[in-house]
Amino acid sequence: MATESAIPKPREEYKYGFVTEVEMDSIPKGLNESVVRTISAKKEEPQFLLDFRLKAYKRWLEMKEPHWANITYPVIDYQNMCYYTAPKNKPKLNSLEEVDPAILKTFERLGIPLDEQKRLTNVAVDMVFDSVSIGTTFKKKLDDAGVVLCSISEAIKTHPELVEKYLGSVVPIGDNFYATLNSAVFSDGSFVYVPKGVISPMELSTYFRINDKETGQFERTLIIAEEDSFVSYLEGCTAPAFTTNQLHAAVVELIALDNAQIKYATVQNWYSGNPETGEGGVFNFVTKRGRCAGVNSKISWTQVEVGAAITWKYPSCILQGDNSVGEFYSVALTNGQMQADTGTKMIHIGKNTKSTVVSKGIAADTSHNSYRGLIKIGPKATGARNYTQCDSMLVGARCSANTFPYIEVGNATSQVEHEASTSKLNEDQLFYFMTRGISQENAVNMIVNGFCKEVIRELPLEFAVETQKLLSIKLENSVG
Amino acid sequence: MLDIKDLYCSIEGKAILKGLKLKVKAGEIHAIMGPNGAGKSTLAKVLAGHPAYTITRGEVTFKGQNLLELEPEERAHAGLFMSFQYPVEIPGVSNFLFLHTAYNVNRKARGEKELTAEEFAKYLNEKMALVDIKTEFKDRNLNEGFSGGEKKRNEILQLAVLQPSLAILDETDSGLDIDAMRVVASGVNHIMNKEMGLILITHYQRLLDYIKPDFVHVMIDGKIVQSGGPEMALQLEEKGYDWLEKSPDAEVVK
Repeated sequence: MATESAIPKPREEYKYGFVTEVEMDSIPKGLNESVVRTISAKKEEPQFLLDFRLKAYKRWLEMKEPHWANITYPVIDYQNMCYYTAPKNKPKLNSLEEVDPAILKTFERLGIPLDEQKRLTNVAVDMVFDSVSIGTTFKKKLDDAGVVLCSISEAIKTHPELVEKYLGSVVPIGDNFYATLNSAVFSDGSFVYVPKGVISPMELSTYFRINDKETGQFERTLIIAEEDSFVSYLEGCTAPAFTTNQLHAAVVELIALDNAQIKYATVQNWYSGNPETGEGGVFNFVTKRGRCAGVNSKISWTQVEVGAAITWKYPSCILQGDNSVGEFYSVALTNGQMQADTGTKMIHIGKNTKSTVVSKGIAADTSHNSYRGLIKIGPKATGARNYTQCDSMLVGARCSANTFPYIEVGNATSQVEHEASTSKLNEDQLFYFMTRGISQENAVNMIVNGFCKEVIRELPLEFAVETQKLLSIKLENSVG
Repeated sequence: MLDIKDLYCSIEGKAILKGLKLKVKAGEIHAIMGPNGAGKSTLAKVLAGHPAYTITRGEVTFKGQNLLELEPEERAHAGLFMSFQYPVEIPGVSNFLFLHTAYNVNRKARGEKELTAEEFAKYLNEKMALVDIKTEFKDRNLNEGFSGGEKKRNEILQLAVLQPSLAILDETDSGLDIDAMRVVASGVNHIMNKEMGLILITHYQRLLDYIKPDFVHVMIDGKIVQSGGPEMALQLEEKGYDWLEKSPDAEVVK
């Protein structure tokens, strides 16, 4: 009303946008074969890994950056970024005491306390700072259970046979432009191994922090769940607010053997750029894929994507084992000038395989939010079933939401369902809540969380609460 | 309790209310009738604080406060309630969560103790019995997939739960069959008390057979042109509004 015009509050700033001053060991900008060799040498890698990297590099040279996604961005100059940066004061094999105090402070500021007493209860954390693993908490408890959670660099030394067997087995070397680049230059990431019959005693998690302005971020994560095992894994991501863009091209591979189950959750909150000018922010080009290799195995992806200037990401499941199950639960929120083209691929190969896709896209301000999903049912996947639900919510009148479903069915005994809806968070809904005494902020919170309920309930409790807060902060003052 | 003095308002430059006056005291039931487009629903929304309307002139005091200075939620905290003609659907938010949240924010604003989910569930059951609503309503999403009648009953349930001091019911009878209307009316009669004021906005006289008003006002083109006792409703039913529009009292602005 004119008589009660309120002055709009500025939106809460991105509180993770700070930079840490740390002495780093970097190599010069640019990419060529000798850079690939240098990375491998610096990490003291075995021959098989150097061969893997070189093969990838050669493939990458022949590939072209893909442009089919519903996103636009300036040309990325791959020669104008650095491919290896590591803190000089890097500890040897996970003794947190040796870590540069500035880095430890960074993680504390991010709410990841490393102090034994203050640690997140029942969550073991591996911290990755500029693509280099800094350390892992709860090492002892995991060791006792036989569960391995460590950096992939460490795993290459301690479990080379597993790495050699599974690296590139789900996302092949020549899979796509960004994944191939990652295969050539990946710096670090997390490795998880759950032995046969073991139920991981706690949530495993990795916290990714980009700090450097000019280093591309290429993490590699590999999770192997042996027969009859179970593991739940969560990753969180933040980055400083720079006016330039940072490239993040990670690869995640999951392997679930007979009767094994992997739950993988992501809360991605990279810096998304200046909401007014669109300047800066992370370009997030990520390949995540899981292989349900064994019978009755299950892989479940839950993602909350609320950051990054550009998100290009399709966590997928290859349902190879008979009766295997793939799930994808996603909330993608875009605001400011963010662009997201995200979804999943469910590839049904085995008999009676089942997949569920629940995608919730929320677009605010002038952002673009697209869902892109492929359901492919092979000729031998008899009795396969898929259910897809794809909902978009628009906040304000300047944003856009799109849905691009692809369905390929190769046999007659399968069943595929697709439901989609688009709604608008509007003034009338908010007014309704307000006339009942509920503040606008609380109303947005309740409506958005209601919209995302089916996804949020898939997250571990602590992260579900965090996510609810994150969503309401992101949408502050986006309405009206 | 409520005093509207010479109220003018517009939306997107178009004048809707044009010098409306109305006084409501505690314990009174006022019916506002009038043809389509007279501004009846606008009046309800303006009192509740809908942001799309601009007040161009006039004053509204509610329990001694300048109502127009308050945000919509502050009006609710002060004891104002509006039942919507077309309640919105909110997917994913359960009716229970909504009612519990609304109840507690109002208690909190008034400095009263908030109820736990358990305590509230008990309270809610009593209110649901009062307005004859099945308990399964609690678990359904707010108005989502509700029939027109169910939505209206849910509004009355909110009225029962929030116990405001002034309730404005905007065409609560529209879209209801006679049985549903009887249930809604009986709910309203149970809720109404001596400390409360009630404004009924309606097209038809039939609701007034079940909820007896103390005053009937006829609203035409943004203002009240005639006021009288309950008998006036019957007169309107018989003659329509034309005679008022043509009467010398009414300033007809085309």
